[in-house]
Amino acid sequence: MTRREFSARFFRDPGAIFAALLLLTLVMLAVLAPFIAPQNPYDPMQIDIMNSELPPYWEPGGEEQFVFGTDAQGRGVLSTVMYGMGISLMIGVGAVMVQAFLGITFGLLAGYYGGWIDSFLMRLADIQLSLSTLMVAIIALAIFQAAFGPGTYESLALYMLILVIGIAEWPQYARTVRANVLVEKKKEYVDAARLTGMPARRIMLRHILPNTMTPLLVISTIQVANAIVSEAALSFLGLGMPVNRPSLGSLIRSGFEFIFSGQWWITTIPAIVLVLLILSINLLGDWLRDTLNPKLYKGH
Amino acid sequence: MPLLEVDNLEVSFGKHQALRGVSFTLEKGERLGIVGESGAGKSMAAFAVINLISEPGRISGGSVRFDGRDLATLPPEELRKVRGDRIAMIFQDPMMTLNPVLTIGTQMVETLQAHREISFAEARRIAIEKLDLVAVPSAEARFDSYPHELSGGLRQRVVIAISLLCDPEIIIADEPTTALDVTIQAEIMALLIRLCEDTGMGMILITHDLAVVSESCQRLAVMYAGKVIEEGAVNAILQAPQHPYTRGLINALPQMNSRGGLLTQIRGTMPGISELPEGCAFHPRCDFANAACKTAIPELRPLGAQNVACIHAGALKETV
Amino acid sequence: MHLLAFLIRRLFQAIIVMLVISIIGFSIQSNLGDPLRELVGQSVSEAEREVLRDQMGLNDPFFTQFARFIGNAVQGDLGTSYFFKKPALEVILDKFPATFELVLAATIMIFTLSVPAGIYAALHPKSWGARLIMSASIVGISVPVFLTAIFLIAIFSVNLGWLPSFGRGDTVEMPWGWETGFLSLDGLSHLILPAISLASIMLPLFIRLIRAEMMETMRTEYVRFAWAKGLHSKRVWLTHAFRNTLLPVITVGGVQIGTLIAYTILTETVFQWPGMGFLFLEAINRVDTPLIIAYIIIVGLIFVVVNTIVDLIYTLVNPMMKLPGAAA
Repeated sequence: MTRREFSARFFRDPGAIFAALLLLTLVMLAVLAPFIAPQNPYDPMQIDIMNSELPPYWEPGGEEQFVFGTDAQGRGVLSTVMYGMGISLMIGVGAVMVQAFLGITFGLLAGYYGGWIDSFLMRLADIQLSLSTLMVAIIALAIFQAAFGPGTYESLALYMLILVIGIAEWPQYARTVRANVLVEKKKEYVDAARLTGMPARRIMLRHILPNTMTPLLVISTIQVANAIVSEAALSFLGLGMPVNRPSLGSLIRSGFEFIFSGQWWITTIPAIVLVLLILSINLLGDWLRDTLNPKLYKGH
Repeated sequence: MPLLEVDNLEVSFGKHQALRGVSFTLEKGERLGIVGESGAGKSMAAFAVINLISEPGRISGGSVRFDGRDLATLPPEELRKVRGDRIAMIFQDPMMTLNPVLTIGTQMVETLQAHREISFAEARRIAIEKLDLVAVPSAEARFDSYPHELSGGLRQRVVIAISLLCDPEIIIADEPTTALDVTIQAEIMALLIRLCEDTGMGMILITHDLAVVSESCQRLAVMYAGKVIEEGAVNAILQAPQHPYTRGLINALPQMNSRGGLLTQIRGTMPGISELPEGCAFHPRCDFANAACKTAIPELRPLGAQNVACIHAGALKETV
Repeated sequence: MHLLAFLIRRLFQAIIVMLVISIIGFSIQSNLGDPLRELVGQSVSEAEREVLRDQMGLNDPFFTQFARFIGNAVQGDLGTSYFFKKPALEVILDKFPATFELVLAATIMIFTLSVPAGIYAALHPKSWGARLIMSASIVGISVPVFLTAIFLIAIFSVNLGWLPSFGRGDTVEMPWGWETGFLSLDGLSHLILPAISLASIMLPLFIRLIRAEMMETMRTEYVRFAWAKGLHSKRVWLTHAFRNTLLPVITVGGVQIGTLIAYTILTETVFQWPGMGFLFLEAINRVDTPLIIAYIIIVGLIFVVVNTIVDLIYTLVNPMMKLPGAAA
């Protein structure tokens, strides 16, 4: 499919346009948060505990200064959500980069060398896929937290989340890349290169990487959404980002107890933003998959 | 009145026409061969007869008269009663035709029970009888086998046995031997002819092999780019083909040529359904084409013993 | 294929996986927290501690300690919970029925809803019903399980006050000591919201999976042949198409059911459901190492058992399939 066909199909699909605009808006809000957010929630000077638990401005008692109200510490919900979304996105994208790096490397190794390396890596992938990512991440983070103690852990949480979610999900990439290498390996030029003593490896890479771009792009889109969900879940359990540097998941966690006493906005606003963020990525991912229709690896 | 009369049948996929007019007739007990290159629409014509075109394709014109009714417009339940019971079908690849998770027996009994009020024991008896008829060894044991336990040739015999279960009046065989080993092809073909002769069953044989048709059928329809372009008695067409395309096909047959003569290929390739030329679809490859061929789509019309869709038909005799 | 060979191979695999998990468990035990301090507190002198360490075998070589750990584990001794002062295994197994019933209820919901919805969406892909199902499923996938849980509580407990938001309610004790919530109205009403939340994560996945696989089988030659045989549509859809759809659904779906265990941690936390997941999270916060290890080992065991059962069912449904891993 040419670039022109691709964009033509995009602009004919209102669902895709909607999802892309939504995602773009959310990402811009997160990226530009330091410049456009009404408050810096990390700056104690800007936070006044007297402002805590204010409702959104359209409710009685709300103040125009805090459009979506404030949380228990007096931080504006709009500002915390904008900053929090940035952290969620950073972890999501970071984790997927780790996944892609590990997966592509292992996939190339398994496909190219075959033999026991292939069997070992693919067996490992099977086992890893059969264990739930979330389970592995919960256990790993729980151990880290217990080992480091909560204080040290909090300062490392961002990296731990990226690493753990990244390491737990490489098999998807590895299988796709490996399948592609196996297809390439059967082609004549590889034999020809071998016979003439040329380095087949480099030539193969040059063929394989463009071939796998489409499936990897589709996988990556969905994986970013999954990583953000995983991060939110882990933070919600208290194993992720700390309250003083919250992601969307930690914001929902800290607001949870307030839904029983009527301060719904503290948890609902970040929850809605989280759902919109994941939904827009998933919609785009679905659209990409249907449009580009790559051969994705299916189990068995 | 013929048993089956297909008249100007059309099938469309979106805005493209895959079948642009398929016409032929079949008398009771008669065998008709439909011949054409791959992509000519032979298989689609076969499926269109029993109105089994997969989405998003659909029959967009014409009729299939069978026993006084039009199968192209029959309500689904009436159509179901015809399929498998009065008109049965054999598919091309026996490896794909049988359901891998059901036993041969299940797939036979369900067919009988879909069309007859019949007990399992009685259905089983008939099924084994038909398996014997198509020379499946140890039929009783095979009844409980799964498809993957059988060879390709044996599977095609089972498929034939399934098609015979309800003693149909017509059997449609869509390239029944293409997917088989060369050694088995003749066997299966001979079996089909014998069954037709023994039971008085009619057959529509879809094939790309004109030689097979000349040995096994009484009638012949030649298809090109979704259209029947010549139709009639096999002997008449083979002796005096009227359409330039038919003529080209016959000239390409080794056995039709005198020893030492040149085998002539038709130049060019058949266009796909989305790239059909104006006028007669064959004109870019035709040695006789003139300006008229580029504008008018020729209709099938009687000429001697056969029907031909070519504006030059009848005038070509001398130039063979 | 031989069932016995398959079982032996599977058992072998299971042992390896369990061994790996035990190594993880053991390294947690030897590196995390000080069992001595938990036992005697800070007030004991260094000399007395050393004696105690010797008595407890904490000064033994690594391998001796690991062998002892495995030996004890095989005999069902996974250590004593620091907090509950009871055998960790016993503490966990006490909570097992609550988690099991939650997963069971969610699984039943998933299957009874996803099969008809998936089949319907596959057979009438352009209908409004199918579009609605597919749109709802993508929204469903995008709502994390803990948010579903929070929304359900906000609507049905806080606003409407129809259903309880935490705990298991009244349970009935079965003769073999199993506390079930299925047999009392109160227990069932407590089960509804947690089970819906847990099901909500897998339901959309299953619907999409069943739909995609069913649409693929509907395009196969054998389904076309079934139509050509003049079978009734119900027979073609259910016996021919759906039977073959089941195979991939079992492999993918079976494993997914195993991963529901992970999601119980989230659901149980939100609903304060007294199950293994809630217990595990408490154990983490209390650094109750033996309990953490016991949980990891039990969950590992559950994964292994579920995967084996899934493979077994797969083989029983698919006559063509040699048992995975049993091939020559």
